[in-house]
Amino acid sequence: MTLSPDELQAVWLSVKVASFCVLLGVLPAIALAWLLARCEFWGKSLVEALVFLPLVLPPVVPGYLLLLLFGRQGMIGSWLDQYGIQVAFHWTGAVLASLLMCLPLFVQSIRLSLQQQDIRLEQAAQLLGASQFRVFLTITLPLCWSGILVGAVLAFGRSLGEFGATITFVGNINGETRTLPLAIYSAIQNPEGETLALRLIALSVCLAFAALLVGNWLNQRQQSRLGHRHA
Amino acid sequence: MLEFNLQLRRGEFALDMQAQMTQPITLILGASGSGKSTLLALLAGLLKAESGHFILNQNMLLDVKSKINQPTHLRRIGLMWQDGQLFPHLTVQHNIEYGYRLLKPAQRQIQPKPLIELLEIGHLLQRRSRHLSGGEKQRVALCRTLLASPRLLLLDEPLTALNPALKQPILAFLKTIPAQFGIPLLYVTHQREDSEFLAGELWTCESGRLTQL
Repeated sequence: MTLSPDELQAVWLSVKVASFCVLLGVLPAIALAWLLARCEFWGKSLVEALVFLPLVLPPVVPGYLLLLLFGRQGMIGSWLDQYGIQVAFHWTGAVLASLLMCLPLFVQSIRLSLQQQDIRLEQAAQLLGASQFRVFLTITLPLCWSGILVGAVLAFGRSLGEFGATITFVGNINGETRTLPLAIYSAIQNPEGETLALRLIALSVCLAFAALLVGNWLNQRQQSRLGHRHA
Repeated sequence: MLEFNLQLRRGEFALDMQAQMTQPITLILGASGSGKSTLLALLAGLLKAESGHFILNQNMLLDVKSKINQPTHLRRIGLMWQDGQLFPHLTVQHNIEYGYRLLKPAQRQIQPKPLIELLEIGHLLQRRSRHLSGGEKQRVALCRTLLASPRLLLLDEPLTALNPALKQPILAFLKTIPAQFGIPLLYVTHQREDSEFLAGELWTCESGRLTQL
């Protein structure tokens, strides 16, 4: 199966957006997961609700809110505009929309992993003279690697499939913001686009499947390193 | 050597313990839930007392009134639990070097090589903790704790899970630690035979209170 330049561009853009989404999301996701799993503070429920809100809202809502904030007339968008940075109707906006939508999944995977960790391993490291930051880097983080990995795979997959927030915030511009789901949508809108839509759907399935397989393989390797399953 | 007066309330349970311990080996005997492990966590700095103080070798590590509370990682107090708590993602070698590498060279009072030989764990160095038996895990944990050159070694029923054949050599080694390395031991157990073998100063713990025998 050979791909047309437009199809290739949609695939490339989807992978680019999903990859940036994972790369930019990993640190905030770890920080938020740690905060929610390990800290007790006033307003924790509010932070939690804000992080998980995109999961329960219609995707159009976060997309529209992003447009209000990051559009040219928006509070942040007008400020960014002074420096020549445009987010709305730009592929970077697609990353931002994806990030917002997949952050809950990313955070939740890492949070569960942190909650399952034996806290006494961290205490043992502290007793051996490691500061809290060193404990986090040398014990906590390596031990929740599988949670980070599962979160990254879910975020990548969710980002590949992101539609509602993206189309609302950055539109459906060929070569700029038309990711695979938007390309499928455009093909379906076209009376002669059924074959193209089917090809893109097949591509979409292959990409998501490959991401899940790679994630699963990496996770199994980590689990066997830690002795949770036999290699 | 060791002086404390600590109070902590957790729900129904109230801990109120005072003691001055001057012997190289001190044993605390008590049933489960009597507050022994909570005391060790307080001494190690893993829990914070509501009131009281703790002095080790003339150093004030905790004084709630004066807001002195040295963090756990600076106290240099070793603590060994029943299950060793070896880091599963590291080899035995990296486990035992964890605390040793964090010390300045001048603080390293115990060298790895002779201790590894003494505890007979040289053949385990490249393994991970999941491939170790219960006795091996505890020997590795002991090596790791001692290499961090602690000023006090707390032992929270470290040998309870082991059968007598595995337990005896480790117990015999523990008995030599104060003389060999100059580290005092505070050993907590509910097994009277351990306390008889170690023959140290004996205290009992009951409902959050300590009594010297």
